[in-house]
Amino acid sequence: MSTEARAPHFPAADWDGGVFPYRVGHRKLGMWLFIVSDSLTFSALLIGYSYLRASNVWPTPFPFYPSIVFSSVMTFCLLSSSLTMVFGVSASSRGDQAKARKWILATIVFGLAFIILHLIEWNHLYSEGVRPFSLPAEWVTRYAAPDGTLPSPLFGATFFTITGLHMFHVFTGAIYLGVVAARVKKLKHEDVEISGLYWHFVDLVWMFVFPLIYIMSVDVGAH
Amino acid sequence: MSAHAEEHEHFAGSNKLFISIWVWLLILTLIEIVLAYRPMAIHFMLTILLGLSIIKAALIVAYFMHLKFERLSLILTIVPMLVVCICLLFVFFPDSFRSHGLRYQFKETPPAPAEATH
Repeated sequence: MSTEARAPHFPAADWDGGVFPYRVGHRKLGMWLFIVSDSLTFSALLIGYSYLRASNVWPTPFPFYPSIVFSSVMTFCLLSSSLTMVFGVSASSRGDQAKARKWILATIVFGLAFIILHLIEWNHLYSEGVRPFSLPAEWVTRYAAPDGTLPSPLFGATFFTITGLHMFHVFTGAIYLGVVAARVKKLKHEDVEISGLYWHFVDLVWMFVFPLIYIMSVDVGAH
Repeated sequence: MSAHAEEHEHFAGSNKLFISIWVWLLILTLIEIVLAYRPMAIHFMLTILLGLSIIKAALIVAYFMHLKFERLSLILTIVPMLVVCICLLFVFFPDSFRSHGLRYQFKETPPAPAEATH
């Protein structure tokens, strides 16, 4: 019946009630709407960061090791976790719940690896002296503009807020997937698919956080 | 009920397809990392990075999140309004560039063009 999705005309009867107009259940539609609203949260944060960055002298402090190496491995972990999640959803759609559970557990492992690597990376910056509203004294002189304008102390605020909120999403996603893996035999396939949507969204957000926060602030030596 | 039969039909895409998407995502990420160490103007780099990120996001949404295989009416409900809302946020940038200019009024050295006119 869903082949009529390719119908050239707009099927008005879809909106008369009694059917799912979008051909997805209300839970899945709800998750999509949540994802849209959460995208706007992250967009607002990233635009706020870009605003501050464009109106200030901004430090570009990330060295190849540890920051870029760590964040690249973290990107790899998240991308791979998305792949294992797709395999999990795919197994679930075939009705193979034992396999679905294994793939979802692999997804959680990648997610936890991401969080651990990210916390180590936070610790590097924290021990260098980065705080939400102040820069290490060494950075202030190092990244000052040639005319003497000092770099913005809000570097830490934007960095910890954006990556922190993202890490919180990974953390809640891991708990969500843990619940789904534990109850996978009782859940419908669509519920597994919905948890996958959330997990891929967390991956998607990182595809913007990684270039804007890390790649745009690489320390290339000469200033 | 009948919705269940649809779900099976909805989950299209082979594992081979998903692995190739994953490989593409990794390649695009590698390009981003290499770009970070190429000397270029910051606007140029930002444009390329955002372009690559949008491609990556589109791959994730279309294949991993399966939106490509959903109904067109669902796609049209979700995507355009999100894009418009994000673009509306760009309204702040002129002010951002303005305040960057303001900062330099506090310099003690006179601006260079004043000397050139003598």
